[in-house]
Amino acid sequence: MRFRAEVVVRLRPGIADPEGATIERALGALGFDDVHDVRAGRTFVFEVEAQDEASARARAEALADRLLANPVMEDSEVRMAPLPAGQQGTGGLSEDRTLSGHQVPAAQEPGR
Amino acid sequence: MAPRVAVVVFPGTNCEHDVIVSLSGLGAQAELVWHRERHLVGFDAVILPGGFAHGDYLRPGALARFSPVMAAVAEFAASGGPVVGICNGFQVLTEARLLPGALQKNRGLHFLCQPAVIEVVSSRSVLTRGIPVGTELNVPINHFDGSYVCDAQTLAELRAEDRIVLRYRENPNGSIDDIAGICNATGNVVGLMPHPERASSELLGSTDGLVLLRSLLAAEETEITTSAPSPPVPTW
Repeated sequence: MRFRAEVVVRLRPGIADPEGATIERALGALGFDDVHDVRAGRTFVFEVEAQDEASARARAEALADRLLANPVMEDSEVRMAPLPAGQQGTGGLSEDRTLSGHQVPAAQEPGR
Repeated sequence: MAPRVAVVVFPGTNCEHDVIVSLSGLGAQAELVWHRERHLVGFDAVILPGGFAHGDYLRPGALARFSPVMAAVAEFAASGGPVVGICNGFQVLTEARLLPGALQKNRGLHFLCQPAVIEVVSSRSVLTRGIPVGTELNVPINHFDGSYVCDAQTLAELRAEDRIVLRYRENPNGSIDDIAGICNATGNVVGLMPHPERASSELLGSTDGLVLLRSLLAAEETEITTSAPSPPVPTW
């Protein structure tokens, strides 16, 4: 079975997050001054082939520790969801490969 | 004989020629080594220059540790060979766990490209051997992720073992303990954020970087004259 994993990587508490702080100041400028403690991070989405959700999660946590996050400064959090039956094997992720509805043109060979 | 220095090139490395020119000016035989190379045979020192190895994808240095050459770099380091990581090369060395800690985004979120005054804190590394502690050098920095970070225990070890090699006079990026460069326990693996190769000519505003590079080459010559005969060259 395939499971969808979502790994959120963020700077650990206590590690300065200048990006989050800058976003927070920008939000204040927009009038969102009721927003505090902004932390920036990254999300990775992928599928794991596994017998059950627990083993899929274990794989996702292992790879998050070994590559996606640098444990010196980052934490990772894994969220799991089974793929709907109809999406098994099709990737499960958004099929929409266009930006704002526009077809992205294929790269062309440079002219000579 | 002129020391032979390997200058490793990853896709996205962009300071390799500066390093080659400055080392050549000091009489070294510096050679580019592509990251897919699996062996570093016959080299007296290895430099990982600055740039954006593998596009800095994921994190600076995070993907470079999978380049084939890194196994050879680790082996070279384990055998006591001098390895110096400059800027992105420092990030690569931490991600490869050849040096502790990590480099995070600069405090203030500015990309910094400016002169920096750094102070030699330890003379036990291959990059600072023979340079008196307290020597101030004017060597530029050029980085976005240059704020050194590590846990309290690692910092205590670095201090206790005299492994903080260089400190900024005025901390530009938020580095813990003003750290600009560190070394491993045996002093032969060094990482630093400033660029010695960019302070290698009067035309560039400073020649202080040559003090560091000269020390690296001299350390190597000392080793050559004092060490046992070289092991036989493997025949693969």
